[in-house]
Amino acid sequence: MIPRPDPSQETLVLNMGPQHPSTHGVLRVVLRLDGEYVLEAHPVIGYGHRMHELMGEVRTSSGFYANVGRMDYGGALSFGHGHVLAVEKLAGIEVPPRAEYIRVITTEMNRIASHLLWFGAFLLDLGAFTPILYSFDDREFILDLLEHVTGARLTFSYHRIGGVARDLDDKFIEGTRVFLRRMRERLDVYDKLVTGNVIFRKRAEGVGVIDKDTVLKYGATGPVARGSGLAYDIRRVEPYSVYPDLEFEIPTATEGDSFARYRVRLAEIEQCLRIVEQALDRLPDGPVQAKVPKKVKLGPGDAYQAVEAARGELDYYLVGDGSDVPYRMKIRPPSFSNLSLLGEVCQGVLLSDLVTIMGSLDLVIPEIDR
Amino acid sequence: MVDEVRAALEAAGAERADAVDHGALGVHVDARVPAGALRKAVEVLRGWEFLIEDVVGVDAAPEMMVVYHFNHVGGGCRVRLRVLTDRESPEVPTIQDIFPGANWHEREQHDFYGVMFAGHPDLSPLILPEDAGDLRPLRKKDKRLKSLGDVLPAFAPPEAGGEDA
Repeated sequence: MIPRPDPSQETLVLNMGPQHPSTHGVLRVVLRLDGEYVLEAHPVIGYGHRMHELMGEVRTSSGFYANVGRMDYGGALSFGHGHVLAVEKLAGIEVPPRAEYIRVITTEMNRIASHLLWFGAFLLDLGAFTPILYSFDDREFILDLLEHVTGARLTFSYHRIGGVARDLDDKFIEGTRVFLRRMRERLDVYDKLVTGNVIFRKRAEGVGVIDKDTVLKYGATGPVARGSGLAYDIRRVEPYSVYPDLEFEIPTATEGDSFARYRVRLAEIEQCLRIVEQALDRLPDGPVQAKVPKKVKLGPGDAYQAVEAARGELDYYLVGDGSDVPYRMKIRPPSFSNLSLLGEVCQGVLLSDLVTIMGSLDLVIPEIDR
Repeated sequence: MVDEVRAALEAAGAERADAVDHGALGVHVDARVPAGALRKAVEVLRGWEFLIEDVVGVDAAPEMMVVYHFNHVGGGCRVRLRVLTDRESPEVPTIQDIFPGANWHEREQHDFYGVMFAGHPDLSPLILPEDAGDLRPLRKKDKRLKSLGDVLPAFAPPEAGGEDA
């Protein structure tokens, strides 16, 4: 229940948002405060609701595809990857290996860009202005590369059912290798600039501790689960695409606080670089688009596809009725479950720590609202 | 793992719990559970390091279906529970006290389909605006409504020639 003002008690009901800068989108959190302490935090969502699921049930799969990138503007390629994989699974379409490698390369580059966006924004929330200038500099590098191959900078719409829209060229591959070298050096810079900073450590360590059981109860995934000691990454526990062929580790931390989630994400950037490097080395020759019938008929039957998006596990549940329009399309965005535990974690924290906790969850509101 | 979970679900009252091809369908265990046994089946999963994925409504005739997905943190065991409920007044018991994460998922499906989750403390609109009323946007209009057996052959009545999955 949304907290209401109660004159008989010395508490204050405060609306944080829907236009608050640290909610990163139109999220409203209704708080009951005792002085500076949060007694209750009640997220109110739905301001950016566009009913993507209904659009998915009246359009063909390729017609709907352009929608998926509009949900998570930070990591649009993971959302696209999950969607085409789900459709291909239900329609029984084989994808050429080169296309699958290209999907992984671009998705991982996008994941780095998403983590860089989070890095800058999270530290900005905590009052550190400089890091965002560094991380956006590197993010621009990635966006330029992705723009070169996909034609867009945020809403890429790069996948096609059965492949990808365009092959990688030498300019992208050379540019990516330059980026890999550069980013490894930059990670050290980030580390020196932020990780040891006393003010940052005091604001992040021990703040917003999420234990393993809370993660399971709420279905939190991604760096939130991994920061609480669960090595839960769909790329490893339920391998899809070409991830089984690639070597990488799943960084985890056991503390479960905001600082643990920070460390996990930075370590993940390093692993993404490893994945991209290996995938570029092994990139097979061949076509990037399978032969696909004009009407991609789905089912009858249902299929479930889970992928690891930048913020956690993203699932598509498709029910087909034998036509080319899905009968039911359910999208399970990672931030939805990650945000749902906020009310439990925020009891008794300082108002300023609430900003840290929300920042460390890496919320993207349009994907929660869909 | 898969076999143990299947046996435990059947002991908890599932009508059937089949091991299915994960590569083709995306889940390892596909179980049909009567609404009355749902809470018991979910409690079984709660004891095994499962995390809740989502709650999905599927509107169909003559009955609509509510689908629950769970995944084991170690991988290798993704579980789907299917509950059939009346289309006119759909009602299933809540599981939000077992998995608090289900609270929002159930509210969302209540928004979209009007499914009553008996025992849920607050079914006010979550994603839809407060004044949405009985909008129920994902309910199929008559023209689009299909019978459950047409979309999921496993649910076709045997006399209609559907295969027994």
